[in-house]
Amino acid sequence: MSVVQDKIAISESYKSLFEENRELLNDGSSPLLNRMRDIAISRFAKAGVPDVKNEDYKYTSLKPAFSKIYKHYFSYREQEVDLHDVFKCDVPYLDTHLVLLVNGWYYIRNQKIGNLPTGVIVGSLQQIAYEKPELLQNYLNRQAALSEDATVALNTAFAKDGLFIYIPKNVVVEKPIQVVNLMRGNGNAFVTQRNLIIAEENSQVKLVMCDHTLSSNEFLCNTVSEVFVGEHAVLDYYTVQNQHNNTKTINSTFFRQEANSNLLTHTATLHGGLVRNNLKVTFNGEHAEANILGMSFTDKNQHVDNYTIIEHAKPNCLSNQLYKNVLDENSTGAFAGRIHVARDAQKTNAFQRNNNVLLTDSARMQTKPQLIIDADDVKCSHGATIGQIDREALFFLRSRGIGEADARLMLMNAFTYEVVQNIRVEPLRDRISELVDKRLRGDLAKCHSCNYECNS
Amino acid sequence: MLTIKNLHASVEGNEILKGINLVVKPGEVHAIMGPNGSGKSTLANVLAGKEDYEITDGEVTYEGQDLLEMAPEDRSRAGLFLSFQYPVEIPGVPMVNFLKAAVNEHRKFKGLEPLTAGEFLKLMREKKELVQIDTQLTNRSVNEGFSGGEKKKNEIFQMAMLEPKLAILDETDSGLDIDALRIVANGVNALRSKDNATIVVTHYQRLLDYIVPDFVHVLYNGKIVKTAGKELAFELEEKGYDWIKNGDV
Ligand SMILES: Nc1ncnc2c1ncn2[C@@H]1O[C@H](COP(=O)(O)OP(=O)(O)OP(=O)(O)O)[C@@H](O)[C@H]1O
Ligand SMILES: [Mg+2]
Repeated sequence: MSVVQDKIAISESYKSLFEENRELLNDGSSPLLNRMRDIAISRFAKAGVPDVKNEDYKYTSLKPAFSKIYKHYFSYREQEVDLHDVFKCDVPYLDTHLVLLVNGWYYIRNQKIGNLPTGVIVGSLQQIAYEKPELLQNYLNRQAALSEDATVALNTAFAKDGLFIYIPKNVVVEKPIQVVNLMRGNGNAFVTQRNLIIAEENSQVKLVMCDHTLSSNEFLCNTVSEVFVGEHAVLDYYTVQNQHNNTKTINSTFFRQEANSNLLTHTATLHGGLVRNNLKVTFNGEHAEANILGMSFTDKNQHVDNYTIIEHAKPNCLSNQLYKNVLDENSTGAFAGRIHVARDAQKTNAFQRNNNVLLTDSARMQTKPQLIIDADDVKCSHGATIGQIDREALFFLRSRGIGEADARLMLMNAFTYEVVQNIRVEPLRDRISELVDKRLRGDLAKCHSCNYECNS
Repeated sequence: MLTIKNLHASVEGNEILKGINLVVKPGEVHAIMGPNGSGKSTLANVLAGKEDYEITDGEVTYEGQDLLEMAPEDRSRAGLFLSFQYPVEIPGVPMVNFLKAAVNEHRKFKGLEPLTAGEFLKLMREKKELVQIDTQLTNRSVNEGFSGGEKKKNEIFQMAMLEPKLAILDETDSGLDIDALRIVANGVNALRSKDNATIVVTHYQRLLDYIVPDFVHVLYNGKIVKTAGKELAFELEEKGYDWIKNGDV
């Protein structure tokens, strides 16, 4: 089959899947969700599954992942076990409001989330879009619709549920809200999850998003999250990806920041077969700040691609990106960061750095900064390095009696230290630092978060 | 304790050590002097186990063992310590974590239990006093942002923590001010005993006022060309190396 035919074949099959299940998709969903579907599926069908011919997917073809056969679920499926019993968090002793989602759906048996401040809503997107459309209508798909990424359109076409969070004006949520996205099933599954998070003016919230797999079958997850950060709001968005190597994840997150808002995103990829993180920040008001951090640890044949777009649409904003990757064995990675400073976005500060360590000769890293600057009074910088473990430092540590394996571990921990240090929730910082250490020691198997033994 | 016989070492095909012979016995202090580039640090690094060098000939026995066969960490655990001429900065590795790991590895080697947090802190406090190193420094990452002198002090602090049998001090005096020099030298002396030995690499006789050597060797062009008592250091300070280079030995 030729490449062109192949491309048509995959997107056509998704289109037919859509047509065949149109009723199920619309059933129980809010018109807010349903009215977007048709345009989205046509957009997807027209663009096709991204592969390396697409400049934005130069280092990550999604074709092989999409070529497989998956089960699709268009309605909530109850789990035969209580997920609270099956899932044990790898971030223990962290006092959070805990929310579970399963296969992209809000978990019906979610236990009480804890005392959230008055007015705060944490719940199912499907349900709240249906019951209180007025809360969502000015936000849903406002960012995602602007994306040219076919996978985002695909998500919009098939989106039924996901997480909805609403933090009203002036409300401060002290404890982090921990959202655990669990994947569990039998048979290869396609998961579509749609999240919407609204933090109104002067509110504060910290979100910890953890992605886990609880069964050994293959998953293709296509998640889209839209996050709105109001004026003077402070939002922390931590992502911990810990899925088994048969999982392919496309995780697109859009942040829109209003004036004087402050955003911190921190993406830690500990395990996963193929991970593509699309992250976009749009400054929609002046004097806003975004710190965008990421780190990944890969081995075997894992592939992790972080793709960022920072849209400096307004003057006087600051963006600061730092991504670090440690690549072992035959793993591959990519980082592409685009910074666009609009014509009137004077006094922009935009910084980007990507540092990588290759532990073997066969690991590969691609890194590509892209600065498009249309204003004249700006401060921008970018830098990228790809290197090995510092041999002088390694020798120094060994010369003090520390064994080679431990010395390497110390240096790898040291390499990502800077990224970990930026975590603003102290207990979370300690926990993630422990997780990183465990990961580097090879102690963090995918099954660590699971009480079931699925043997692979 | 240490016997070096006809040691030859090269880097990228260039021979740097061209037949070194040296015997160090417990309790002794040996000073090695010599012009820049003569191979002093190379010798020190080869003894500590740095892998950049190819040993083309000769042998080194340390406490009855073939030193050249040992991994750097095993040499350290067996009591060999190198104070580096240019200590490396390791951002992200906190001094405390690093020292705790090192001390406990040494203890494990001796069949001892790891120190408890309390015991470790007590040991650190004691040794910090000995070399008068600031807590502010030991709270940082290894050598990160340390001044030249602070890095040297830090080396001796590590030495004090690990209590080696054979310490090799590679130009520990350069970069130290007069007070620091005295403190460091006193620290070294406080750690001396009849069972351990010190090799001091230096360009200046001044250090040898404090750490008095039993032997002074001149390393020139990869070979020890002259060995004498401590008075040789004064002579070198006065006359330089030319008279030795010129073969007028
Ligand atoms: N890793 C290396 N690669 C290449 N050349 C090296 C290396 N290490 C040492 N050399 C060379 O070997 C020679 C001896 O160097 P060494 O550092 O041992 O001298 P030194 O006696 O310690 O000098 P100084 O008094 O300046 O510290 C020099 O010419 C140096 O350039
Ligand atoms: Mg030297």
